[in-house]
Amino acid sequence: MIYFDNSATTKPFKEVLDSFVTVSSEYYGNPSSLHGMGGQAEKLLSQARDQVSKLLTVKPSEIYFTSGGTEGNNLAIKGSALLHKNKGRHLITSSVEHPSVKSAMEQLEQEGFEITYLPVDEFGRISVADLERSIRKETILISIMLVNNEVGTIQPINEIGDLLKKYPTILFHVDAVQGIGKIPLPLNKYRIDLCSISGHKFHGLKGTGALFIREGVRLAPLFSGGNQERKIRSGTENVAGAVAMAKALRMTLTKAEIGLERMENIRSMLRKGLTEIDGVQIHTPIENSAPHILNFSLKGIKSEVFIHSLEQKGIYVSTTSACSSKKKSPSKTLLEMGVSVTLAESAIRVSLSFENSMEEANTVLAAFRESATQLRKVMK
Amino acid sequence: MKYERILIRYGEISTKGRNRNQFVEKLRKSVRIALAPFPNIKVEANRDRMYVLLNGENCEEVIGELKSIFGIQSFSPAIKVKRDIEVLKQSSLEIVRSLFKEGQTFKITPKRSDKTFELDTDGINHTIGGHLLKNIPGMKVKVKNPDINLRIEVRKEAIYLSCETIQGAGGLPVGSGGKAMLMLSGGIDSPVAGYMAMKRGLEIEAVHFFSPPFTSERSKEKVIDLTKKLAEIYGSMTLHIVPFTDIQQTIAEQIPENYSMTSTRRMMLRITDEIRKKQEGLAIITGESVGQVASQTLESMFAINEVTNTPILRPLITMDKTDIIRIAHEIDTLEISNRPFEDCCTIFVPASPKTKPKREKVQHYESFFDFDPLIHEAVQETETLVIKPDNKQRSEFSELF
Repeated sequence: MIYFDNSATTKPFKEVLDSFVTVSSEYYGNPSSLHGMGGQAEKLLSQARDQVSKLLTVKPSEIYFTSGGTEGNNLAIKGSALLHKNKGRHLITSSVEHPSVKSAMEQLEQEGFEITYLPVDEFGRISVADLERSIRKETILISIMLVNNEVGTIQPINEIGDLLKKYPTILFHVDAVQGIGKIPLPLNKYRIDLCSISGHKFHGLKGTGALFIREGVRLAPLFSGGNQERKIRSGTENVAGAVAMAKALRMTLTKAEIGLERMENIRSMLRKGLTEIDGVQIHTPIENSAPHILNFSLKGIKSEVFIHSLEQKGIYVSTTSACSSKKKSPSKTLLEMGVSVTLAESAIRVSLSFENSMEEANTVLAAFRESATQLRKVMK
Repeated sequence: MKYERILIRYGEISTKGRNRNQFVEKLRKSVRIALAPFPNIKVEANRDRMYVLLNGENCEEVIGELKSIFGIQSFSPAIKVKRDIEVLKQSSLEIVRSLFKEGQTFKITPKRSDKTFELDTDGINHTIGGHLLKNIPGMKVKVKNPDINLRIEVRKEAIYLSCETIQGAGGLPVGSGGKAMLMLSGGIDSPVAGYMAMKRGLEIEAVHFFSPPFTSERSKEKVIDLTKKLAEIYGSMTLHIVPFTDIQQTIAEQIPENYSMTSTRRMMLRITDEIRKKQEGLAIITGESVGQVASQTLESMFAINEVTNTPILRPLITMDKTDIIRIAHEIDTLEISNRPFEDCCTIFVPASPKTKPKREKVQHYESFFDFDPLIHEAVQETETLVIKPDNKQRSEFSELF
């Protein structure tokens, strides 16, 4: 079995699962309880917060645990819009965001907010000049992803941050769910106010995540309840999940030190091999793209057919993003990049983790060649 | 440009005379402790300056650590060059060129503490300024608020070049002013008082009163966490935890309710003073601010302070609560202090404590019972912990992370 769908989700590290099980079975107290068991749970939670904050180069009080990327993105966007709607009702985002950002924006549109969706170029990248032009007096928040989940394009986050130094009242949210661990994101240096991450994208568990909220930035909570997470996120804390995520993040960032280069090599090899296959067009840009994603189309063969053909060989890749692949609509990102509908309908996304090897990539490439030839015969 | 050292300027230490070396030695110890995570670093100190030789360690991280050390006026990442005009020209150009961005301005601030150098300050200004202007097209001189300020310090042994001056925490090196006991309740004020006393060079041991089951394990943990924060300043801190339940219960039985608070404070002070004697301290520090609560009116202080003539230092005495909260936030103790557990100050508070207690009255009430054996016992059974800053102590769970 070869798993090349790591942008959809990753396999939890064994050490991470062990921590989760230990904490769930031995330290199951509620951090808000006054007795000793509550105390231990609280200690674990605060140690998890310390560790995550150190790894992200921010303060512990700036980390809020969430249930994942979707919640982090919703909280950042709707939470700011709700609280700051009297300052203005205009938000800016890109046209290639993850559905948890895009749909949150659309929901706000129905509530009377105005949203600017920035277009992207053929590489899937927004232009900072466009962004500056769309800033208005009423703009309260800008939300841009660090790495596109479908094609892997890196957005110019630092440049946007630099630009926004001139606009101190506009909040800047970065959806770093796909980028964390793959692209350096020094939150202490960049002008970023809000940043969401999700545990299961870096070998943690589903249902875990964190939102960075810069000190001094205020949000309205989306959940009402027991005022956990300093009133920003009510609901009994997922202590075991937070500990597991802290460990997964530490392990991922350690592995990244040597793993990134290897990952980049594997992807280059795949890219080179793919271009040699007849009728392959690669959508992921060569420059400024995250090292783990490679998106391409095999002309004339519908993605779904290709996926299933690979699955028979024990290889798991994906059509587009996991969230939208069930809807059978072609990748929005690709269409925004100007790729034709027919080509977009043949798009395949390969996504790597630090655990993948060059041998696996060679096997996958051979399978690509074989499937392509087989399918071509049938489809023609 | 890669900096190879950081030049540290002393603050008030430089006003000291013959005992200056002791201050410098204490500062050097503080710097050593703060920079312990960087094994390659060397610290050189003399009467006027201290140098942290980076030996390849990350300059920015070291700067972050230095910012919070007491006794440092300011510091600058610097490079050391030979006392030679050609070398000086070359290095100045390199350092400014590495910082220069299109359209920026500069000036030179020369200092010549060694007058035997062939150029005087004007000469340095002209020679180096001219050299820079000639070689960096587009750069202009601006004397007021330049973008780049190149400091050239000519000293006997070498010349030091730096472009940035970073403000230090000020104050005096911790431990240069003797030892005092800090009464640490767990509230917002006492850690701030401790911090400010340390800023003036005092070495501190904390004393906490623990009354189980009236105050919980978690309130004790809170105090340990606060001590950890303060321990970051000097690498470790001693914390005395005094079992206080018996005394508190006796007070409740013996003293009229509206005087119980006054009497409680007197007992705490007596115990702290006994511990101070044992630990050879010279003063007691409290987080009191005049008028803040019933025990902190002048009348209360007059009635409570009677039990000892040891100096009681109250760094926050004239400060407003909002200012204290601001400092607590800056030193990262606010959030710990705000945890909602009962502590020795909040439990057993009578509904209407005397705000103007009388000395004679409290003496009279206490005269019916001999508290000495209880106080002696509490001091005997005090638990003494040496608290290290975080991440060294949390081994309990470390395998989970």
